[in-house]
Amino acid sequence: MSADTTPAKTPGVGPVEGVTLYDVDHPAPVIEAPRKRTSKTPRATRGNFEMAAWLFMRLSGVVLVVLVLGHLLIQLVLDGGVSKIGFAFVAGRWASPFWQGWDLLMLWLAMLHGANGLRTVINDYAERPNTRLWLKGLLYTATVFTILLGTLVIFTFDPNIR
Amino acid sequence: MPAGTLYRGREGMWSWVAHRVTGVLIFFFLFVHVLDTALVRVSPESYDTVVSTYKTPIVALLEYGLVAAILFHALNGLRVIAVDFWSKGPRYQKQMLWTVVGIWVVLMVGALYPVLGHAVRALFGS
Repeated sequence: MSADTTPAKTPGVGPVEGVTLYDVDHPAPVIEAPRKRTSKTPRATRGNFEMAAWLFMRLSGVVLVVLVLGHLLIQLVLDGGVSKIGFAFVAGRWASPFWQGWDLLMLWLAMLHGANGLRTVINDYAERPNTRLWLKGLLYTATVFTILLGTLVIFTFDPNIR
Repeated sequence: MPAGTLYRGREGMWSWVAHRVTGVLIFFFLFVHVLDTALVRVSPESYDTVVSTYKTPIVALLEYGLVAAILFHALNGLRVIAVDFWSKGPRYQKQMLWTVVGIWVVLMVGALYPVLGHAVRALFGS
């Protein structure tokens, strides 16, 4: 398993590196964990938020593939595509709790998935602490607003608004 | 390309770039899309007015672009999951990317008529 002892024979690895750190099974060099846990390490150091976020992206991603591609199929492909969409079409679909639930789950998962993705992008590119603070503040505000607005619209929809 | 960097501009890096760019685009669309749908709480007329702009040929082209972004992000996302959770995922990441691109091309050809057909009819008459 120790990839860093494999002799250098990977094309593209110059003599500067001496030994290759990676091969086809290790496309990137093995990076040591920055903080090794020892017996003196407190049980909880900083929590597992980043791992939970990483896992959430994958779990919500699988569900969103089904929800969003189904949504695209219904709205843009079946039954005349986008030309059929209007207030009456929305009223017809949201008369069913199934489609209300579909859209509600899709709204929450897509917004949280997207917000976490943008949080990663901000963390990657915004270097000044103030810029990061303001961009994330804006992101979280817009996310909470959009989720609450969408939820409210789904639950309070009134087909007889006129 | 400098030696010793993690990514060297091949399939791994470019799929990451495309995943990131499409993700940001989809997220910005999602904001607008929740706002336009919220108009059903204002009045049927205001909702139908805004949705009617979605049926114009230019926006149809944008919709085709949105479908392209979503399909790539979805398929490549499944590839990312396979790379992370399947023991042979890193070994086959390139092959999986070209599989993703192949499926994407097929689906995009399939989406041509459903998404853009009405725009062609609007432009050139039915």
